Amino acid sequence: MFEQTSKYVSTVDGAMLYITAFSVLMLLLITVAMIYFVIKYRASKNPIPTQYHGNIVIEVIWIVIPTIIVLSMFYYGYTDFSELRNTKEYDEEYFVTAKMWDWDFKYENGTITDTLYVPVNKTLKFNITSLDVLHSFYLPAFRIKEDAVPGRDGFIFITPLETGVYDIACAEYCGVNHWDMYKKLVVMEQDEYYAWVESQSKENKPEVTTSEEKTVESESTEMSENNEN
Amino acid sequence: MSINSTTNKNFTNFYQVKTKHSGLLSWLLTTDHKRIGIMYLVSILTFFLVGLTFAFLMRLEMLTPGPTIVDAQTYNSFFTLHGMIMVFLFIIPGIPAVFGNFFLPLQIGAEDVAFPRLNLMSYHLYLVGAFLALYSLIFQTHIDTGWTFYVPYSLRTGTDVTLTLMAAFILGFSSILTGLNFVTTCHRMRVKGMKMFEMPLFTWALYSTAWIQVVATPIIGITIVLVLLERSFGFGIFDPTLGGDPVLYQHLFWIYSHPAVYIMAIPAFGVISDVVATFSRKSVFGYKVMAYSTLAIAVIGYMVWAHHMFTSGMSDTARTVFSFLTFFVAIPTGVKVFNWVATLWRGTIVLSSPMLMALSAIFLFSIGGLTGLHLGAISTDIHLHDTYFVIAHFHYVIIGGILSMFIAGMHYWFPKMFGTMHNEKVAKTGVVMYFIGANVLYFPMFIMGYMGMPRRYFDYLPEYQIYHVVSTVGSWILISAILLMFINLLIGIFKGKPAGPNPWGAKTLEWTMPSPPPLLNFIETPIPNHDPYDYHDHDERVFREAKEKEKEIINQENS
Repeated sequence: MFEQTSKYVSTVDGAMLYITAFSVLMLLLITVAMIYFVIKYRASKNPIPTQYHGNIVIEVIWIVIPTIIVLSMFYYGYTDFSELRNTKEYDEEYFVTAKMWDWDFKYENGTITDTLYVPVNKTLKFNITSLDVLHSFYLPAFRIKEDAVPGRDGFIFITPLETGVYDIACAEYCGVNHWDMYKKLVVMEQDEYYAWVESQSKENKPEVTTSEEKTVESESTEMSENNEN
Repeated sequence: MSINSTTNKNFTNFYQVKTKHSGLLSWLLTTDHKRIGIMYLVSILTFFLVGLTFAFLMRLEMLTPGPTIVDAQTYNSFFTLHGMIMVFLFIIPGIPAVFGNFFLPLQIGAEDVAFPRLNLMSYHLYLVGAFLALYSLIFQTHIDTGWTFYVPYSLRTGTDVTLTLMAAFILGFSSILTGLNFVTTCHRMRVKGMKMFEMPLFTWALYSTAWIQVVATPIIGITIVLVLLERSFGFGIFDPTLGGDPVLYQHLFWIYSHPAVYIMAIPAFGVISDVVATFSRKSVFGYKVMAYSTLAIAVIGYMVWAHHMFTSGMSDTARTVFSFLTFFVAIPTGVKVFNWVATLWRGTIVLSSPMLMALSAIFLFSIGGLTGLHLGAISTDIHLHDTYFVIAHFHYVIIGGILSMFIAGMHYWFPKMFGTMHNEKVAKTGVVMYFIGANVLYFPMFIMGYMGMPRRYFDYLPEYQIYHVVSTVGSWILISAILLMFINLLIGIFKGKPAGPNPWGAKTLEWTMPSPPPLLNFIETPIPNHDPYDYHDHDERVFREAKEKEKEIINQENS
């Protein structure tokens, strides 16, 4: 659950934990009070109710304290988010294009694959768009999601800290095969990655524009072999 | 409410009244708010059972990965139908249309709502809209857009959504007219001597809800017209290929549909307030704070819609502002929960079936409300948005909070509506099953959502199966509980013992008349208390003795 796939992930999980802890505490408080009152003041024990119409001091307390706490939650959520969005410098850039029901991942050198290969310990920028309807580029392991909107470019940054293979899913409903847009994000060692990019740009450049489909297919099989190495 | 008026025999109740029409027409052409309330109850529950069937089928499909009972296209239709029917035909009209119509005039000492004919028209519009929706959804197309109708998918899908949109448009008008009627009724029809801040909190809830219905619903109407113009005449409003903007659609959709969540929730809060006060034999703790918090939710709820869109590609400033505002809606909601719990303090607690349901609802709704905090904070929402976490969150709110209170209201007001008592033991068993079922069904979804299971998925990765299996078993428990309670009530109508005017010992005005109420409600003009829940001289032992005597009289008269 608490993977350290990136620094951002641990801050999001931290915020998650903070909010959950507060929620559990509140729920316990409410539930224990409810059960205690129901038992203590049951009709057979306490047949005459004491009329009490409220207390303004108590009301103010339970308006002000929760306000402060929830605003701290807002602050956590906001700082993580602005860190995520206001990254100015990045090492690699990718162009993610969603379509019914597939993803294309385009690299700076023009290569297109249908598995996304990235280097570890680099700041990566993904530019996200769609060719047809709404999709959403979702990396559960990196706690990140951004809609792919036709006619617009969205972006996100990640800095993976560990190599590995992670799921990419579509999170915005897009039709009959919405569930079948799972792809893989492969985080590789840097030298391995750059060697691969090098080889791709030599092999595939002329093919990219002519027959996109074929390129994608051949690459995916090729890369799954690479992957196992 | 004297013991002498226990029996219903001396009065012609509204079921028995002869009108110029008879049979079915005496219902369909009535302007009596009570008959309209009953008609809404019957129609809404019918549609609820249809929506429930789709929910059952969806959960069954999710039992195993891959196709279990249907294919992907059918599954997509299931969740669309489930969402559309439950949202537009059941939960939005829900409590205001049924209990609002029946009890709003009774709670404020009025003979009827302000515009009885308009009220009937609202019902007719509802019926036309509902049948049009069901016809188009089930017989005409296999609609598969999700209840949100997000463009551009809803513009492109081969399924024809025009008729369905027309239905939603008509339903919107039904809602607006009901809202208008209730606002006017609250202002103009209160019995002499009752001030605004002396109305029961259920009435306050209906009043606040009515404002949202009047002010927010036209926006969905406008949005639907824009979608229809685009589909039929190619106006480029939302479709990017025509120069439109799909995110604009999401804004317009949620400007209505977020306040609509409060159209569903606020009346449920009102029911909890009335039930908790009645069965604690005590005035609601902080009555004025409760009334103001109801209004506050209605107003703030208006300004938070874009928290549904933190990943939609809208500007970062907008995301921040809407996250900030969202947290403020948590405050009045939290205050309500605290006040309900504080109402129990030093009361005389009677664990009747409505009370048990209300306490269970406070717990379940709190889970739903508190997990809303995870979704209000931007960074956590970006991870959880469009996953099962969201499904769990809003089902805890809607099933745990709102449907619970709809059912609690059915039990609480049942003796007044039908004049008979249901079986309390069976009802309480139902409540316990409901509580267990709801938790087993929805709690695993929080975990799945956090693990990254997106919603609206026909198939899923094997690691999620255990959670789906538990959840599906929960759905069976929940559905059994609901059916048990409904059947128990149905038996109660025909076989239940006469209830008398006030079986629960409640203080609001609807309990001062015979059950079921006479045609024009009050036999004598009621004199309202300054405190709608005035229990200052209450002694539970005296009350129970009086009840025993009343039962004897009823038994004698019926034998």
